Amino acid sequence: MAEETTNPPPAETPAAPKAAPTAKPASPASAGAKPAAAKPAAAKPAGHAAPKGPPLATLTPELVQLQQQFGESVITPAPYVGVLVNDPSKLRDVMTYVRDQLGFDMLANATAVDYIKEGYIEVVYHPQRSKGGQPITLKVRVPRGNDPVAPTEVAVPSLTPIYAGAEFQEREIYDMYGVRFEGHPDLRRILTWEGFYGWPLRKDWHEPYYEGDTKPFDSRWPGGHHELAEERVPWADNVNYPPGFDPLNFNANPDAGLYDTMISGVPGVEEIASNGHAQRSPQFKGVGAAVPVLDRNYNNLADEEELQTDQIIVNMGPQHPSTHGVLRMVVKLDGETVTDLKLVLGYLHRNHEKIGERNTWLHNIPYTDRLDYICGIANELGYVITVEKMMGIKPTERAEYLRVIMTELTRIESHFWAIGFLLNDLGAFYTPALYFITERDLILDLFESVTGSRLMCNYMRFGGVSRDLTEDQLMHARQLAFDRIPRKIDELEQLLTDNEIIKARTIGVGYLPADRSINYSLTGPCLRAAGVPYDIRRVDPYSIYDRFDFEIPVFYGADVYDRYRVRVAEMRQSLRIVQQALNQLDQTKPGDIQAGKKAYNHRVPAGEAYGRVETPKGELGFYLVSDGGQNPYRYHVRSSSFINLNSLKEMTVGHKVADAVVILGSLDIVLGEVDR
Amino acid sequence: MAELTNANAPEGFQNDPRVPDELKNNVFITSLDKIYNWGRKRSVWPMLFGLACCAIEMIATAASRHDLSRFGWELMRASPRQADLMIVSGTVTKKMIPQIVRLYNQMPEPRYVIAMGACATAGGPFKEGYNVVSGVDKFIPVDVYITGCPPRPEALLHSFIKLQEKIEKQSLRNVPWYQKGEEDVVPIPVLGPDLVDLRRAQEIREKAAQAAPTQEQPAA
Repeated sequence: MAEETTNPPPAETPAAPKAAPTAKPASPASAGAKPAAAKPAAAKPAGHAAPKGPPLATLTPELVQLQQQFGESVITPAPYVGVLVNDPSKLRDVMTYVRDQLGFDMLANATAVDYIKEGYIEVVYHPQRSKGGQPITLKVRVPRGNDPVAPTEVAVPSLTPIYAGAEFQEREIYDMYGVRFEGHPDLRRILTWEGFYGWPLRKDWHEPYYEGDTKPFDSRWPGGHHELAEERVPWADNVNYPPGFDPLNFNANPDAGLYDTMISGVPGVEEIASNGHAQRSPQFKGVGAAVPVLDRNYNNLADEEELQTDQIIVNMGPQHPSTHGVLRMVVKLDGETVTDLKLVLGYLHRNHEKIGERNTWLHNIPYTDRLDYICGIANELGYVITVEKMMGIKPTERAEYLRVIMTELTRIESHFWAIGFLLNDLGAFYTPALYFITERDLILDLFESVTGSRLMCNYMRFGGVSRDLTEDQLMHARQLAFDRIPRKIDELEQLLTDNEIIKARTIGVGYLPADRSINYSLTGPCLRAAGVPYDIRRVDPYSIYDRFDFEIPVFYGADVYDRYRVRVAEMRQSLRIVQQALNQLDQTKPGDIQAGKKAYNHRVPAGEAYGRVETPKGELGFYLVSDGGQNPYRYHVRSSSFINLNSLKEMTVGHKVADAVVILGSLDIVLGEVDR
Repeated sequence: MAELTNANAPEGFQNDPRVPDELKNNVFITSLDKIYNWGRKRSVWPMLFGLACCAIEMIATAASRHDLSRFGWELMRASPRQADLMIVSGTVTKKMIPQIVRLYNQMPEPRYVIAMGACATAGGPFKEGYNVVSGVDKFIPVDVYITGCPPRPEALLHSFIKLQEKIEKQSLRNVPWYQKGEEDVVPIPVLGPDLVDLRRAQEIREKAAQAAPTQEQPAA
């Protein structure tokens, strides 16, 4: 779950003797009325006593080892959590050591925070072990500069050579904060477009409809008046242009740089293409085995030269039925074989994080529903447990059970959807999906009767849930969990698992072995299909998952077929959890669903936390920074769909374009979570 | 089958000399508008085009429980060239609106637009976002708006019925696609420093020129 948020003063830590005198046990709760007031002064070397500042982190044994390795001037304890890497030029060495010597082989999360008063942007990394346990936190600070459109002067070394999963995350940091990354293979904007004016998540960048830094806005609360945003802004619309901008005479190129490397070619890709074959998983013995995937030798033909063909670049999406929403895949094709692939994201970038930093803590819960809109309740759980950790409250017993029941039903519902639409991508258009949408609707009926909404349930609260289940609803849940859904999963397997066409199309397709998957920070069913038993419900248990008897299904094919099988097996395990939870629910007190009083305004003590849960798509993390006010100072969502997409290129190159669609389907992305 | 004669013909037709015997009981008289709209309203082909959360409810509407095909609307086409109806199902972002306008322009007349849900109608919960368009009707004309976040499938079905009512009321004499004159094409907005609506280009240039060079954020 989340790391410790407010640590005791690190007096008893032998390895951080210098830090001890500086760390005053500042009272976080009282420090927080002013935004960012509680943050420390700009990157002071350790040992210089900061007169007033937040408590410094207690170092875990791994971090102590890291400090010993690189010296106490390079690695110093950061406020609240983790360590600071004081010299950005050493970052790659530090991270290589963290990966190779300490065993933190996945970069779970990378993001940034703009500490505007202190004048720096802090880039935050959360590496974690694929064997389990909590992630560690490393931070680097760069001066932010005052030019609104120029990127930072100091560049941070890109971690892409160490963690392949850093690629999209670093691009996102660049896009949102203007932090340059040195050595990044393709540093372009990712969620907005090339040429966008400014760095949206910086604290001094204001959107056109900007009204105030925090909600509730003074104009509306209390009493308040209502005014349309369009009437308030000079352009009468949600737009903002730099002074002197001439719309009739400017060069717009939102795709600048997109095709450059595709046309010139990337070394890695050439390698795979000249190799002649796409990577296939070991279990692949099937239909296509005898047929070379990319045969450029044409040995049986007299004149090789005559058959040389051009490669073409094709855009798939953003309006394309195979892309699961508004994703754009740019593929380079040799005949029908994909030789290069790039993704263009951001067509559903709804500014979740910028809005989330204005919202009050409670206000954000319904927004998390709209992240991965297939499984809203699972997202809420991730956010709520992170904030609960920061607030130090614990939900009631019954609320915990209700959370688990609802979340696991969400998982089943989401996997039904994923499998149905994987079959869509395979060409079985809509028929299997129809079967599974019917079952999904039955689960949604339960959600609707409990929460009032089918998709956007808004069910969790800090310290509990919003409603208890009535006896009728419990009957409904029992009927689903003990009778209907088990039968339907059997039916599903009967229909699909041994289907010859499905096997021929999926076995060996989209192969990504375990070590590469880990390096790409792949999480969720895709990682478990590669043989890595990584499930946060087990490796870092949260809520009450440690009470239930369930297994983490693992398969070793690392291909589309095993991703499908993992999902089916997971549905059965989720059912086991729901069944156990329903049976144990009688031991709790009905109606006791909220710890403490219900409140609208929550004050979260100053501090920060990275909390994570296992959603149907993978690891959903929330990185939250509080300055003690009623709004998050930083609200970052580490979404599994977004980071899983990093690996799509390596899975796809060498396969036919029709398989690219299937491989994307097997990742089971949801664009709301990808673009946020 | 009983032979049709003057004796068993319906009221009013029994002795009409203009109607030959063999046609009696087989002919209905109606107006061209009615028969034209009657056919059209039961065969609207929506475009297979989802944007966000609302698209999930749109798919659920097309599935067996809610069963869109009861209305003759089940044939979703992935190509705008073959579609009559665009269901804007989800948040319209600035990055996406050029594509939406382009798809709309590619649809043949008669074409209709349903703005599904709060976001497509007016920006919804994400209205304040810097990448969100405050309603798709800023760019393309909308026929039916649906409330909800997301609307239930029943609400989407209700919007279909409303659109059918609208189609029923149209008359061949004045439908826009049979009129002479310029075709009304929406210029595709451009992604510059922000979304540029080319219809407002002159106004934008004037206002941007007025803004003082030091003023970074006019709206702040």
